[in-house]
Amino acid sequence: MRVVSKERAQARLAYLLVLPATLLILLIYILPIVTVFGISFTDYSLVSDYYEFVGLQNYAQMLEDEAFGNALRNTLIYAGLFLPGAFIISLILAIAIQERKKFRSILEVLYFLPVTSTLAAMALVWAALMDSNQGVINLWAAALGAGPFNWLGSENLVLVSMALISLWSVIGFNMVLFLAGLTAIPVNLYEAAAIDGADHPVDKFLRVTWPMLGPTSMFVAVTSSITAFKLFDTVAILTQGGPDRSSEVFLYLTFLEGFEYFNMGYSAALSLVFLGIIFVFALIQALFVDRNVQY
Amino acid sequence: MSRLTLRNIGKSFGDTEVLKAITLDVEDGEFLSLVGQSGCGKSTLLRIISGLEAPSSGEILMQGQTVTHLAPKQRNIAMVFQDYALYPHMSVAENMAMPLIMAQVPMYARLPLVRRVAPAARRHKPNIDAQIDTVAKQLRIDHLLARKPAQLSGGQRQRVALGRALVRNPGIFLMDEPLSNLDAKLRVEVRREISELHASSGLTFVYVTHDQTEAMTMSDRVALMQGGSILQVAAPNSLYTNPASVDVARFIGSPQINIFPVQSRATGLHLGDTNLGLILEGADADLQIGLRPEALSLQGVSGLSSHPPGAVVITLPFDKHMVEDLGPEVLIHGRLDAEPEIDLRIRAQKAKDYGLTDQLAKARRLNVTIDPTQLLVFDAGGRRLHITPRMMRTTSEVS
Repeated sequence: MRVVSKERAQARLAYLLVLPATLLILLIYILPIVTVFGISFTDYSLVSDYYEFVGLQNYAQMLEDEAFGNALRNTLIYAGLFLPGAFIISLILAIAIQERKKFRSILEVLYFLPVTSTLAAMALVWAALMDSNQGVINLWAAALGAGPFNWLGSENLVLVSMALISLWSVIGFNMVLFLAGLTAIPVNLYEAAAIDGADHPVDKFLRVTWPMLGPTSMFVAVTSSITAFKLFDTVAILTQGGPDRSSEVFLYLTFLEGFEYFNMGYSAALSLVFLGIIFVFALIQALFVDRNVQY
Repeated sequence: MSRLTLRNIGKSFGDTEVLKAITLDVEDGEFLSLVGQSGCGKSTLLRIISGLEAPSSGEILMQGQTVTHLAPKQRNIAMVFQDYALYPHMSVAENMAMPLIMAQVPMYARLPLVRRVAPAARRHKPNIDAQIDTVAKQLRIDHLLARKPAQLSGGQRQRVALGRALVRNPGIFLMDEPLSNLDAKLRVEVRREISELHASSGLTFVYVTHDQTEAMTMSDRVALMQGGSILQVAAPNSLYTNPASVDVARFIGSPQINIFPVQSRATGLHLGDTNLGLILEGADADLQIGLRPEALSLQGVSGLSSHPPGAVVITLPFDKHMVEDLGPEVLIHGRLDAEPEIDLRIRAQKAKDYGLTDQLAKARRLNVTIDPTQLLVFDAGGRRLHITPRMMRTTSEVS
């Protein structure tokens, strides 16, 4: 009898201990998601307290909405420009720095510096650099006999510019992730490879480095993909979606619909689609990361 | 011509000199162990032989050819690492195929995707598979070929590491403490298997270990290293019975040898105030005497007289402190009741007298007897002197 009561007391204590965290998670994550989920089935707008339940109409609207298609296309193009760079450049930098003995920590800090800066503020610096008339980048391009480029004002270039700015801000972070992955590879695997005849840099990379980096690569790829879909602040500050909506990306459209056009219901539906996309990425990571390489 | 010759190999890391002019010959088919405590330079020496590390000075020759500056893959060697260094993302078969693919398949055909279609890669596959199969059967790991290293036990991983080294059919087999990650029982088992592998393959083995039992049981010759130098290279038995210095005598043999200072004078060998009744001709100096624990025996306990009949013995009083019963033998720790006092370890076979432990438990003051023919004599600096002391009485009788 006493044993049972002791167990109960322990269980009560356990519930008591997880209660604060549970409440916080419910309040900060679950409740907003449920609210947004609810709103997405209404025509709620910021300007009026009156709203009606409209069923799946907001979701149906997406399929017909030209702006939705445009935003999705822009986001995918941007991701296509951003992701390979964010992955490959970081990996090359990490390998190059890993093999250095001198200045390694200085280089790490230098490349990591952009990560620590506020992107919103740095976006203004980039705007100055990319200015079509007096921007430093165009001056350099002119010195090489190229340009001038209208970095932020051309429909064809604006997504490239957005990708470049994001790359600058994210490469240091990815590089540090890769460096951590590289450091975790046991040195004696390279020694065994050298004995086995795999001492050429290409063989070392393909036979040891790349497979051993599997979990890190997956993590970098997934987090970078999420970052790509989350593009918002540079667009909001530099182009407001322009010119001619050519930089209107998914999250920016969601913002426009909600806070500029006051279509909260539609904005909520867009947010949920966004959540779904991020969830898929997170799922991919959770499924593959731990299984890839076993020690 | 020697399989492997090291000439004056030196290695320094910055100001630290880890190897000092190592010179060593390894014969074809020999099993040579490099033994020493951690930090003695044995692993560095092995890495220099393998080519993973370059020597700061000196020359390495394999079958008369200089290989000092060749890459590991050009040296016709294979290496087994302490923690096996198996590729965790590859199956056992892929692990073992690695050296073969690298040696046989051209670069372009090893690239991802290309290797699935390239004719060069396909052409070599049956050949490589057959080689792996042969070695896997020999090591009894053929049922594990599809597994990943993480799914294997320590002993199985050890065999896979051996297999990966063996498929190359190397001229020299290098092993860096390959048994240290195995539990005691498995270690004995794999030790025997490596010995059998050496016998059946006829390959040259260079084996690094800090464990003298491994070195003594497996090797044709043992090179004992200390502080970056080789102290002595000899067959295990000769290393034990005929050590070249006090350091060798101390390292080899467990329990450790008894070493104590003596003074050799015209009046005989003196241990402090005690005259041992022995004389060393031509040596008027301070010396050190080495006595293996089994070269001592105790009087007053029956069944402990291990001396050959007729041997002359010296008897000294002895304070017993502790008795360790190891089953077939006992180890007696105590102190020689002389000035200065000297700690002694005595090892005695129980033989048929299993009442020995009880007898020893009761006894406290005993007499220890020494067989002078088993004395090892070293000079004050620790170098071995090949002279045997004789009983003073016999000396006078002869002259």
